[in-house]
Amino acid sequence: MNSRDLLDLAWIIPLLPLAGAVVLLFFGKRIGEPRAGWIGTTMIGLSFVWTVVTFAALRDVEPRSHVRTIFSWFAAGGFQVKMGFLVDPLSVTMLLFVTGVGTLITLYSIGYMHGDERYSRFFAYMNLFAASMIILVLGSSFLVTFLGWEGVGLCSYLLISFWFERNSAAVAGKKAFVTNRVGDFGFMIAMFLIFAHLGSLDYGVTLTKASTLSNGTATAIALLLFLGAVGKSAQLPLHIWLPDAMEGPTPVSAMLHAATMVTAGVYLVVRAHPFFQHSGSAGEWVGWVGAITALFAATVAMVNNDIKRVLAYSTISQLGYMFLAAGVGAYSAAIFHMVTHAFFKALLFLGAGSVMHGLHDEQDMRRMGNLRRYMPITALTFIFGWLAIAGIIPFAGFWSKDEILASAWFDHSYGLWAVGAVTAVLTAFYMTRQVWLVFFGNERWHPLGEQIPGTPDVDTVPAQQPGSGDEPVNVLAHADEPVSAKVAEVHDQPHESPPIMTIPLVVLAIFSLVGGGLDLPFRKLEVLNHWLDPVFVGGHAPEPTSFTAGFALSTVALVLAITGILVGVAFYKRGLPSFDAEPLRARLGPLYPVFAHAWYIDEGIAAAVGGPVRRAAEWLAHTFDGRIIDGAVNGLGLLFRDGGQGLRRVQSGLVRTYAVFIALGAAGLLLFVMLRAA
Amino acid sequence: MEGFPILTAIILTPFVGALVTMVLPRRRPEYVRVVGFVATAATLGFAGALLYSFHTHSGGYQFVENTSWMGTLGVRYHLGVDGISLFMVVLTALLFPLGLLGAGDIEERLKAFTVWMLVLESALLGVFLALDLVLFFVFFEIVLVPMYFIIGQWGHGRRVYAATKFFLYTMTGSAFLLVGLLSVAFLHQASTGRLTFDLPTLMQWTSAPGNLSSVTSKALFLAFFAAFAVKVPLFPLHTWLPDAHTEAPTAGSVILAGVLLKMGTYGFLRFSLQLFPRAAVSLAPLLLVLATIGIVYGAIVAAMQPDLKRIIAYSSVAHLGFVVLGIFALTTQGIEGGVFTMISHGLTTGALFLLVGMLSDRRHTREVAAFGGLWKSIPVLSGLFLLATFASIGLPGLSGFVGEFLALIGTFIVHRPYAIVSAVGVILAAVYLLWAFQRVFTGVPDGENATLRDISVRELSTVVPLLALSLFLGIYPKPVIDRVQPSVQALICHVERTTNYRQPAVAVGGGAVAAKRTDPCAGVSK
Repeated sequence: MNSRDLLDLAWIIPLLPLAGAVVLLFFGKRIGEPRAGWIGTTMIGLSFVWTVVTFAALRDVEPRSHVRTIFSWFAAGGFQVKMGFLVDPLSVTMLLFVTGVGTLITLYSIGYMHGDERYSRFFAYMNLFAASMIILVLGSSFLVTFLGWEGVGLCSYLLISFWFERNSAAVAGKKAFVTNRVGDFGFMIAMFLIFAHLGSLDYGVTLTKASTLSNGTATAIALLLFLGAVGKSAQLPLHIWLPDAMEGPTPVSAMLHAATMVTAGVYLVVRAHPFFQHSGSAGEWVGWVGAITALFAATVAMVNNDIKRVLAYSTISQLGYMFLAAGVGAYSAAIFHMVTHAFFKALLFLGAGSVMHGLHDEQDMRRMGNLRRYMPITALTFIFGWLAIAGIIPFAGFWSKDEILASAWFDHSYGLWAVGAVTAVLTAFYMTRQVWLVFFGNERWHPLGEQIPGTPDVDTVPAQQPGSGDEPVNVLAHADEPVSAKVAEVHDQPHESPPIMTIPLVVLAIFSLVGGGLDLPFRKLEVLNHWLDPVFVGGHAPEPTSFTAGFALSTVALVLAITGILVGVAFYKRGLPSFDAEPLRARLGPLYPVFAHAWYIDEGIAAAVGGPVRRAAEWLAHTFDGRIIDGAVNGLGLLFRDGGQGLRRVQSGLVRTYAVFIALGAAGLLLFVMLRAA
Repeated sequence: MEGFPILTAIILTPFVGALVTMVLPRRRPEYVRVVGFVATAATLGFAGALLYSFHTHSGGYQFVENTSWMGTLGVRYHLGVDGISLFMVVLTALLFPLGLLGAGDIEERLKAFTVWMLVLESALLGVFLALDLVLFFVFFEIVLVPMYFIIGQWGHGRRVYAATKFFLYTMTGSAFLLVGLLSVAFLHQASTGRLTFDLPTLMQWTSAPGNLSSVTSKALFLAFFAAFAVKVPLFPLHTWLPDAHTEAPTAGSVILAGVLLKMGTYGFLRFSLQLFPRAAVSLAPLLLVLATIGIVYGAIVAAMQPDLKRIIAYSSVAHLGFVVLGIFALTTQGIEGGVFTMISHGLTTGALFLLVGMLSDRRHTREVAAFGGLWKSIPVLSGLFLLATFASIGLPGLSGFVGEFLALIGTFIVHRPYAIVSAVGVILAAVYLLWAFQRVFTGVPDGENATLRDISVRELSTVVPLLALSLFLGIYPKPVIDRVQPSVQALICHVERTTNYRQPAVAVGGGAVAAKRTDPCAGVSK
């Protein structure tokens, strides 16, 4: 069996988790706990193994691209779409971390979901999630990618609203799907345009022909695809679904933020880069939307008190970096950061889940502190994640973030660089704040089960979802949720999680440390860059003018990160003296409520949708449709009836009567037409 | 199968079933159920045989039966099936047994109900197979009668109001249709001296240059349009639909949405486009506007409905909007998307109505506000409902997506603004359906909602085939598209030959891709 034969078998990669999902969906209840969890983990684990095989096979073929067509999906006239898979360095790189990180998260879930009443269904959804993401990445045309794209949307819906008994979870799932659909609208119109101009949706055909398009068309296509990416990757202003996605079980958040879903938008932009490159101006949009989102989300993460929401906003911010990179044409830098981010963000989320697991599902960081004494493994691995995301040498995040900032600089996009640099300080700061509030400082969780007197004031309550007006999400309400029911044994003290949860943490922590080795900024060590080269032929990623310049920029980035950390430590060294004593509140002054309310974007949209938009729809449905259109019809009916009564005594309302009138009218009309024709 | 009049057999089988049902003792409802089911199942068997022996790559009529009926009036018994009507026949034959099986709510006067259902099936099958204008009109009108009684007698609440409204609305449209078709025939007689209602003959005459003035052609198109637009229903003629749907019994709703509405879109394809291609091309913008309004408007209004059946009824307005949009885009993809959406809508909306019927059987209400938390108390039914919901939303991998995407892309390549506005409907579909799903199925069930029984085997056997087909066709739509395509191509070629309209090269695989355009109409004779 030669390498091409092996690449022909790439369909096995999505098929394994898909099969797992089907089996678990139909027989999960019978399979039971924990076997259902092991089946789910095995399927995605085997998928990872097969990805590695595919990766090895791809290294042996030249050119580094292989398309395998399975069957003809659409064949309508000139519109031909094959269900096919494209194996190339980009898709394989994505798959390696999607399936690899996905396996670790699924493994962790075996412990985390212990005792849940829909245990097996959770793993069915997780497998389906992975399968969808694999199809998205592996698809050989825009439409196959779209199939996975929507599958990912479906699974996010199912998993975010997994605990659907809770209204906020049900609302959050719906919000995620609908917000994503707004982006999908852009994706769809982009596909229409591509087909209208290039007659195909295959990557093989369209990407090479992108340069034949007019500038305006390429820009339109690029921006519409980017709209899709903005929805899926939670960029401004379609980011609103991601913070609410916390309603799902924590492994879902890890899956969503690291391995699947949000990276899809970046992937789409990188995959479709010829359109962006040919357009010229589209890249600037991408870069700036990314940069502003990065800054925006970092400011929100600074003041949030929910351990998972901080991480959620941090994901939005980090995705902003990736788009910043894509905007300046540094596609491999974007992918590099996506990979390292997958490691450390999965680690941070699973760490947060471990903290919650040991602390009665507490999510409010104001009721944590000093947990490193009680959960040392979680704390140590979390610290690895913190150093990685903050960008401290030699952790993975340092190298990838540095590459992005350097790319912006050498692209002469100094504005983007500056925004990225400021965000880097903020990132280091808010992550330091989180680490200190959770693992250091004073113990604020005593006594467990009892509430600390004093409710959080309005400023600190996280943004509400639209439509959930009847049940506002209060951070304090989390104590009596169905989640906590599974923690039957009540400990007096926080406890470390079982090995099945800590092992994935350790593995991810190691990758967060050494992951930067994928692409070091030294000649011959830019492994990822060279590997991805064949995908970006004709690209012009900004190159450093000299090694010294690059070194200087790295030093600056490191100084910025250390600054952020030092400020954070200075602020939160001793934790919080009392529940409400947030030191930032005074320092930020009028900005504090703006940040705490996430710049009022979500609330504004919710108010508009819940208010004027809803009233307009009500008017349309009840007044316009019910009274005006239907009223006109009924009025006409009445007119006929009353007219009939005036002429002679008939039983009004009888169908027969109307039929007679209609027949007479018809006869008259017929006569008229005949006379005219003759 | 050579020589066997399979189309007649398909039309007659339910009718024979109706006759047999009539003589059954009223006291034995189980006999009635068996006969009803056997008759519809036998029809499905014939339809399956038809599907099996259908020649895939032929665009013309197959299994034609053509004999004189009312000789002196020139009315003929002319039946035939092509790729477009084939799947309407199969869909009809599929939905009736499932509808009867799902009609567990009918106990009162079951015999009469079954008779009416069987008559309805015969008439509907006749509509899709008739190639003579009078024959078509007869079937088209017969449909009204059983449907009127099914809604009026076995319906809920304001059933008489709903039935009357349905009857009058469609009757009014039919009056125009009658005038239109008589006019065509008489004009043809005046010109050639021969009175005929034969569709292929009239089609040749009307499309030949100089036979119909532009004004006459448009007037006749509009006469046919009136009848079909009411059936679809197109905005603003749609208000009978939510009433009829809401008040109809489950089986009635399934047939109404699954098959009856398609009489309108089928009429556009079979008669409007074939008889008046010039008028169709010049009036297409009107249809496109109404379809686009229907898509967006239907979705917004659906979101605000308090009753589950009304939500689905308005969603039908939106879905059928996609069908009309695709048809009048007059491109290969558009029309194929339209036909595919007709099939898919029959499957998904049929399943949704069956499922709502099950909820209504359990709770005796369809008010969204009365439900809550059902996903917890009846997980299997809820899971199936969710699947049907996503099929209706148009999630790729399920049949709804295939049709809508083709209709939209087929429209986009000729009329971009309509396609872009209509694509908003894709967002809105998720809004109203998931919102409804959230209110009915999520949360913690209380009171009666907590103690419902989950789906039974009988109920399962009604929805599973529909959803399985939806999944299959979403992943592998080829079997349908391959059979529909030749007929659609022939239809477009007919329009292109009679007018100076040409669909863009990209629709047939030419233009930017191929070096020179391959003309699909070159090989189509006549």
